[in-house]
Amino acid sequence: MTRIRTQSNRRHVLAGAAATAATLAAPAIGRAQGAALKIAVVLPRSGYLAPAGQSCHRGALIAPKVLADYGYKVELVHIDCESNADIARTQTERALDDGVQAIVGAFDSASTLAMAQVCEQRQVPLIVNIAAAPQLTEQGYKFLVRNFPTGGMLVSNGLRLIKSLLDVTKLDAKTAVFLHANDTFGTAQRAAMDHLFPNAGLPFTLLDSIPYDPKAQDLSVEVTKVRALNPDLLLVVTRATDAIKLVRDMVRQRFEPKGIISPGSPGLYDEEFYQALGPLSDYVLYNLPWANPKAQMTQALEAAYTPANPTFRFAVECFNVGFTFEALLVAAAAYRTAGTASGVELMKAVRETKIANHVMIGPPLQFDDKGQNVGIPSAAVQNRNRTPTVTLPAEVATAAPVLPMPGWQGRT
Amino acid sequence: MNLAIVVNVVIQGVLTGLVYGLMALGLSVIFGVVRVINFAHGEFAVVAMYAAYVLFVTLGFDPILSLFPVAAAFFLIGYALHALLINRFIGRSEHEQFILLVGLAIVIVNGLLMIFGPDARPTNLPYSFDSYLVGPLFVDKARVYAAVGALVVAAALFAFFRYTTTGTAIRACADNRTGAAVVGLNIKRLYALTFGLGLACVGAAGALLVPIADASPLLSQQFTLLAFIIVIVGGLGSMAGALIGGVVIGISEALASLFMAPSIKSMFSFALLVAVLVLRPQGLMGRRI
Repeated sequence: MTRIRTQSNRRHVLAGAAATAATLAAPAIGRAQGAALKIAVVLPRSGYLAPAGQSCHRGALIAPKVLADYGYKVELVHIDCESNADIARTQTERALDDGVQAIVGAFDSASTLAMAQVCEQRQVPLIVNIAAAPQLTEQGYKFLVRNFPTGGMLVSNGLRLIKSLLDVTKLDAKTAVFLHANDTFGTAQRAAMDHLFPNAGLPFTLLDSIPYDPKAQDLSVEVTKVRALNPDLLLVVTRATDAIKLVRDMVRQRFEPKGIISPGSPGLYDEEFYQALGPLSDYVLYNLPWANPKAQMTQALEAAYTPANPTFRFAVECFNVGFTFEALLVAAAAYRTAGTASGVELMKAVRETKIANHVMIGPPLQFDDKGQNVGIPSAAVQNRNRTPTVTLPAEVATAAPVLPMPGWQGRT
Repeated sequence: MNLAIVVNVVIQGVLTGLVYGLMALGLSVIFGVVRVINFAHGEFAVVAMYAAYVLFVTLGFDPILSLFPVAAAFFLIGYALHALLINRFIGRSEHEQFILLVGLAIVIVNGLLMIFGPDARPTNLPYSFDSYLVGPLFVDKARVYAAVGALVVAAALFAFFRYTTTGTAIRACADNRTGAAVVGLNIKRLYALTFGLGLACVGAAGALLVPIADASPLLSQQFTLLAFIIVIVGGLGSMAGALIGGVVIGISEALASLFMAPSIKSMFSFALLVAVLVLRPQGLMGRRI
């Protein structure tokens, strides 16, 4: 009797467990649609990349409200990776242990590469907001997509725009020096420059490519080296606060090229850059993807951004905020399509993304087989009165480019 | 390579090296007399940078001039620290002293991180963007002011040890502690004074560094390491050696930046350190105070 009762109880327990499991599992799709997708946003909000990381963070903070207006539900976990790839890796692991279902980040290529390995291992989608090192989409990661140009795309678009800038301004530039940070991003840009410059059809000679440590206390030696070559143009790949040090040392050494142009890098449009340098921050040019002011979603983003940042000078920070928002949009849209937060299913939906209504200039947002959005164009943006101002392409420009740039002295 | 460029870079290295030398001088003085190696040296330098930064932001006090109040405050901190804490470890094994000071360094860095965060804090002074034009050479005003400040402080310290009774007593302690005690010198007080003077040097150097480098807690370890390299190259316990070591390291780093890849710059300093240890283990000026 005892044995039969025991068997009977075991059956009841098993049946009950099965019923419970069925009850819990069956409406998974329905619950997935109702619940918010939990996304960790990993950014360098402190450390040497903090200005850009904070800028991206401001975009992430307003994203849930804007996305909710479009019918997407997301719950964000904000993580500071301190401009350190090791911390980015460990914080990503911790976030996944805590039940995060997708990752967005991380502005910096080195940190993003470290996170990609974790996401690949744990089969959780990583949507790269900003990071240009080509290897991110060349190493066969199945759980990574990037809605940002590769270093090669940035340089290619950037060089094309430099040619247009010289044509429009009729600037006679015969020589240039390429000064770049020697981190993952900077060396990738250097490689792209070495590869693309010879066939770019530009009218000037590249005298030298000079690397520097973006964490260096100053760039006086590097500026001395550039000044000795006396180029007409200084092409730069800066990262963040190093851009401030670069201009500071150029002013100290009274080195005034005809133009300072970034073929595609951050640092020159951060609020910290404007605050630290004031009028000395004007007239530098950077060729980067930019927000489309005519897009409905950009306008919605601006409407949310302004009240959230009432003391901020700009309606919206068009680069960092735009790309961070779009990365979250990709995750949210994929979640709606997949109907589940399961990593494999979610990633499949991410890969099939096609979003026509988005923030940045360019065609519908979609990814190729490697997970790269290959259709992101750049604009030539120039600092004017301490404000990023689109100067090319002409159809989206709000001002004409100014080259040669005025001297350092006498600026107000 | 144009000679003017090399000379320009060497001058920048000398000027920066003098400030580094002043920082290392504090380490050298403390070791030379108290025989304790301050493993929190770079951390104290960064605290001084933040002190000068706060004085600038809140009171508009020029960081170069703030070396006086900062150095005075650091003297008191050093005196109190030795009297209350370090003195208990004098005569104890070296690893206990090491653990104490490394622990102190960790507390300082994390305290700075909690108060100021990890971001660099720049001070944009009018002379930060200016330079002296000497023929074909550009010399940063900020570096010139900082280097002059470092020389003034170092000269004052040399004069103190050379010409004052207390300085002579401290030198006596350094030469022969037992003998100094036998003739009635208050060793404990003199050690505390020395520790205070060592930290005053660090305080002054930290304030002088503010126009040259942005204050950040992440500089701490770099400065500690730099101070060790400088005093070992210059000669552990030698005051003149610390300044000379600072200049040598300043020049070598500047020239390494000019001729080599940025990632090799630090390696160059360590190579110099190894060369000195192999060829002249007592350092370039290996004599005690």
